[in-house]
Amino acid sequence: MHIIESGNVAAATGVKLSRAQVIAAYPITPQTPLTEKLSEFVEGGELDAQYIPVESEHSAMGVCIAASTAGTRAFTATSANGLLYMNEQLHWAVGARLPIVMCVANRGIGAPWTVWNDQQDTIAQRDVGWIQIYCNDHQQIIDSVIKAFRLAQSVSIPVMVCYDGYLLSHTYMPFDQPEQSKVDTFLPKFAPTHFLNPDDPANFNTVTLPDVRPGLDGKMAPGYIEIRHNLQEDLRASLDVYEEIDTAFAKDFGRGGNPFVEQYKCEDADFVAVCIGSLSYQLRDVIDIMRDNGVKIGVMGVQMYRPFPNQAIIAALDGKKCAIVFEKALSYGNQGALYADIKSALYNSKDKPLVHNYILGLGGREIKTRHLLDALNESCTAPETFGDSPRWIGLKL
Amino acid sequence: MDNKNKTTILNLTKEEFVHPGNRACSGCGLSLVYRTALKALGKDTILVVPPSCLTVMQGLHPIASTKLPCVNVTFASTGAAATGVRAAMKALKKENVNVVAWAGDGGTGDIGIQALSGACERGEDIIYICYDNEAYMNTGVQRSGTTPQGVLTTTTPIKGKLQEKKDVPSIIDAHGIGYVATASAAYPLDLYDKVKKATTMSGPRYIHVHTPCPPGWSFDARFTIKIGKLAVQSGLFDLYEIIDGTFNLTGQSKKLIGKDKIPVLDYFKTQGRFKSLDEQIVKKVQDQVNAKWAQY
Repeated sequence: MHIIESGNVAAATGVKLSRAQVIAAYPITPQTPLTEKLSEFVEGGELDAQYIPVESEHSAMGVCIAASTAGTRAFTATSANGLLYMNEQLHWAVGARLPIVMCVANRGIGAPWTVWNDQQDTIAQRDVGWIQIYCNDHQQIIDSVIKAFRLAQSVSIPVMVCYDGYLLSHTYMPFDQPEQSKVDTFLPKFAPTHFLNPDDPANFNTVTLPDVRPGLDGKMAPGYIEIRHNLQEDLRASLDVYEEIDTAFAKDFGRGGNPFVEQYKCEDADFVAVCIGSLSYQLRDVIDIMRDNGVKIGVMGVQMYRPFPNQAIIAALDGKKCAIVFEKALSYGNQGALYADIKSALYNSKDKPLVHNYILGLGGREIKTRHLLDALNESCTAPETFGDSPRWIGLKL
Repeated sequence: MDNKNKTTILNLTKEEFVHPGNRACSGCGLSLVYRTALKALGKDTILVVPPSCLTVMQGLHPIASTKLPCVNVTFASTGAAATGVRAAMKALKKENVNVVAWAGDGGTGDIGIQALSGACERGEDIIYICYDNEAYMNTGVQRSGTTPQGVLTTTTPIKGKLQEKKDVPSIIDAHGIGYVATASAAYPLDLYDKVKKATTMSGPRYIHVHTPCPPGWSFDARFTIKIGKLAVQSGLFDLYEIIDGTFNLTGQSKKLIGKDKIPVLDYFKTQGRFKSLDEQIVKKVQDQVNAKWAQY
């Protein structure tokens, strides 16, 4: 069924269709309408879940961690400083290998206060070990939430579904709402082998020594470093798992097929604009203008940022003349984080393109077509002279 | 509780939920409290534990000293995590499980107070047990909000703590929850009966347990019970219950009403942590105790 709704409602509907059992959330702009909608679903009896209106984001993730450890499907959502306030809990959730799903409506972070969109909040969490999926439109939001629950419980790793605050969270778009019965088939019930169970007691997340240690049965139990190594291996393996899930979703629902990167007019392109989130759709218009002027250019949206899809990046950019990375975040003191990751991936490619970096849109600064056009023309005109430092777009110094 | 219903050492259950040979220090007040309370809670219990001495006592991966399911959680999130376990039990229709948060004084009254306050305000169906050993013992005896005035800790090393002890049970009681009680490691049967009573109730239930700590309080490990009793018998730490807003002294404290009590100085003298107390503070504390008891 096609409906016209906001991105936040698309996310909430995905959570409802996924039959989340425990939802805990604390209000923060621009995530708020998502949690309002979920509380409405629960109070109105449309979703059989426990909704916990917690007193902080730290507690929201605390509730999810415990509820997930007890064997239920748990969900929360946040933005910006709320996400940062959870930081310790994000590490805990992934260390405990809990299949929690969280939506993040991307927003810039203070100080100074800003409520508008950029992506510094989730990009700053890239090293915690959560899987990060980014959406370009409302259809991708609702679909990604459903896929995220299946991915999370397939690999026992939590998943963040990220979408641009306001630009997606508060705008209205038509999208298809999948049928409940089809989602129920696609997403099996969460049935963990280990959970908090008085009939089979176990102590979760105990103090773990630097070295391996025998249990009472004489078998060696892993030390901390083995546990963390397993996480890294499983994160890398989750790329293949997500590809399978995306394929299965495409088969059932007729959408998908681009789990890692979404390319537009890239096949014959010499130049490829690269970015994360809704900007990639805005860039399509700019690319069309440039194509009209004879520049062979395309755009690629990165859909999965962690684990980083190195092979998909290489496959998309190897042999191109130049990749132009636009970012609404940066690794302060160095460069754009995506830019650094792209360069790192391309180090292993045969025919490396040049890579450029632009920083733009921080704190919701409007991104105008003219700015994008100027930047791309600049990059395409003399790509060899750009240098390795990010350039900023739209600054009024 | 009626005398005839009180648990005695003769009818206390022999069932144990804590393995012997765990990592508690000798003379540990917590190990007594934990062993006793778990007997009262019984098998159908899920524990939520933040960093504390209990984390260490529980054992090192892959060996655990507790025969109950337990989830270790971050320091500030105990109240929220207990909320999450209860929410999961509701979602899974497993209603007959005690969800028990178990934290130290720092994990309760300092870093954990926000999550605990939230859980109390929401009326979560959980039992919260705070063992108060009056400092951050697990990290090596640093001052906490519940460290009494004048006490030497590693972060109040010369003058002793300048501020008074934070009254955590009163703060929790201000949330209007149905059951707030205090207990002492030195009176384990009183503790047992209070935990048992808590299991028959619903909503947030809070039990604050005074828990002597030999290395942290600087006394010989054989005096744990004696010192715990002195705290109560001097009228300094009171055993009470607040049920639906009605306050009543219980057990040993109830017996002290109208009686002469041991001077607080006799309690202070038993522990190295009070050795820098001056007469002025001793007099002030004694006056506070006298004034408090004049109201009972």
